[in-house]
Amino acid sequence: MAGIGKAHLRPEGEALLRVEDLVVEFPAGRGRKVNAVTEVSLDALPGETLGLVGESGCGKSTTGKAIMQLPSPTSGTVVFDGTDLTGLGESQLREVRTRLQMIFQDPISSLNPRRRVEAIVAEGLDIWKRVSGDDKTAKVDDMLLTVGLDPAVVRGRRPHQFSGGQCQRISIARAVITEPQLIVCDEPVSALDVSVQAQILNLLEDMKARYGLTMIFIAHDLAVVKNISDRVAVMYLGRLCEVGDPDVLYARPAHPYTAALLSAIPVPDPTVRPETRHTLGGEIPSPISPPSGCRFRTRCPRADDICRDEVPVMTQIDDDHFVACHHPLAPGESVTEVELAGASA
Amino acid sequence: MSENQTDHANQPVLEVRDLVTQFSSERGTVNAVRGVSFDLYRGRTLGVVGESGSGKSVLSRSVMGLMPGNATRTGSVRFEGSEVLNASPKVMRSYWGQKMSMVFQDPMTALNPVLRIERQITESLHEHIDMSKAQAKDTALALLTSVGIPEPARRMRQYPHEMSGGMRQRIMIAIALACGPRMLFADEPTTALDVTVQAQILDLLQSMQRDREMSMILVTHDLGVVAGRADDIAVMYAGRIVEKAPAERLFAGMRHPYTQALMRSIPKLEMPSHTRLDAIAGRPPDLVNLPEGCSFAPRCPNAQEKCLVDDPALTADDDHADHVFACHFPVNEVVVAAPGIRVDGQPPRIAHDPSLGGSA
Repeated sequence: MAGIGKAHLRPEGEALLRVEDLVVEFPAGRGRKVNAVTEVSLDALPGETLGLVGESGCGKSTTGKAIMQLPSPTSGTVVFDGTDLTGLGESQLREVRTRLQMIFQDPISSLNPRRRVEAIVAEGLDIWKRVSGDDKTAKVDDMLLTVGLDPAVVRGRRPHQFSGGQCQRISIARAVITEPQLIVCDEPVSALDVSVQAQILNLLEDMKARYGLTMIFIAHDLAVVKNISDRVAVMYLGRLCEVGDPDVLYARPAHPYTAALLSAIPVPDPTVRPETRHTLGGEIPSPISPPSGCRFRTRCPRADDICRDEVPVMTQIDDDHFVACHHPLAPGESVTEVELAGASA
Repeated sequence: MSENQTDHANQPVLEVRDLVTQFSSERGTVNAVRGVSFDLYRGRTLGVVGESGSGKSVLSRSVMGLMPGNATRTGSVRFEGSEVLNASPKVMRSYWGQKMSMVFQDPMTALNPVLRIERQITESLHEHIDMSKAQAKDTALALLTSVGIPEPARRMRQYPHEMSGGMRQRIMIAIALACGPRMLFADEPTTALDVTVQAQILDLLQSMQRDREMSMILVTHDLGVVAGRADDIAVMYAGRIVEKAPAERLFAGMRHPYTQALMRSIPKLEMPSHTRLDAIAGRPPDLVNLPEGCSFAPRCPNAQEKCLVDDPALTADDDHADHVFACHFPVNEVVVAAPGIRVDGQPPRIAHDPSLGGSA
């Protein structure tokens, strides 16, 4: 992949969030630039969780931040509930941001260590003077209860008195209390222990059901993304590879990168010997000078001349399954040992 | 897996008995490792699995003697028959690098940022093996080639920041292997790496271990990482080994409720989207104020009154002496790994059949 195109987008009026041709570049000195995100188009229907998955440097977090306008993208549009956020002024953006929230990876550093939990959770309410006095206290307590914390115990405490999982619960309470429509979750469970990760994933599912939230869930762990998402988009080096229904996409990956990613995951089953699986050679190239054409071609066992010359376009291959690849895998087909050996040679 | 079963008759490379490691802190004594015993034989890999605070990393550092000033250790650590627990730093220096060495989690902070790669690899060759400059350079080149680094001669002149995380971890492995250690500690060697690079590094560690017949302790929080790569797996919780067994046997029939809960709480690729996860309630205990009795009891679905007062000792399974667990009320479930897969010569059994007595 790693291609362009909008075949995977749903009709314009249906989506709560519609991102088109998003480009994010950063200066890298001496006239060079980092191509963090290149011509990415995405959408999310109301109540849908879109999982954005890929390895480090693929641009998934940058995409999430660009949706939040933190900072605004280099080019492209981010239409949220009918409004293009990239064209808004500062005060209009502040207004819209109450309906857009973000949950960050490191739950401890994303909370102000000097403030008490009640103040952290109530801050959004204070800024917009939505409620005050007893109503505010009741609302904060109610929200703490919803995320599984005992308000009487935690209200007056500060973040350092909590574990990572509890801090992530506080972050979720803070994000949800302003009644947002869309939450961007940037690796919300990757800093947590396995046993706590499951608690937070379940909590996010509960919050989504209860408040009808739309979520962009960004993570590098494919199993986590599959668990929580209604639709999954795989990214590589700033571009989209494959988009689709998680059950379909994981069962029949069409992009060689998706297939390689899936087979690289260590399976908790000793009868699956890792050496019998296919592993991908090489490493992700520099986003300062990404490969021409398909950005995955330097590591792809199937790459040929067309992959060098033309950026693949997102194409529909099934009901809700789209791939940007010149040589996609047929259903049930896997990248063979022979092809992999050829690629690494 | 060691194919040469006669190795088992030999003396273990490493014998750890009742190892206790404590740290003094402002809050009180931190009980990081609380009485751990195990043997490790030549060419075998022990996977140590646990969450943060389980003592898994402190355990390897305690064995190697890489301890800060506020730590105290008791018990016994015998390496090839010699007691090394309270050996002087001078004596330990003769072990580090040549007999035991370690691959750390974060290759960026473990490597010296202001030294070229060549110097970092050849340092131990000069220090321990007394090689000449030219010999050391040739050895370093050969090592870099063996760990899969393209253009090794160019890489030798570079600094760590000029390399990717995966490359740096390959360099770390080359340094750890430079003096031909008998035993390698790999402490979360792939946690900082991406999944496709993780697979490459684990493959590399495994092939190096086989070629050199090293013993390895692979420390990780990820059951998936050790499942296919360790001969034996020890699960740690709150400073103790709560269950230990050969990998196949452990996955075929987990006996400790913590091991089972850990396994169930992981989202798995084959689960349909939106499968509700079996989360473990609560969180791991505070190592300064440990609960009385079994430290997992406050989170355990099987806990009874006895568990709250009486800390269970590690005991062997009735049928399998090499499967030990520390639980008063072990789970009896036998998980069939895959249809038709025979576990150690026995046919697969049906899950949740109490008549099986819980062994696989």
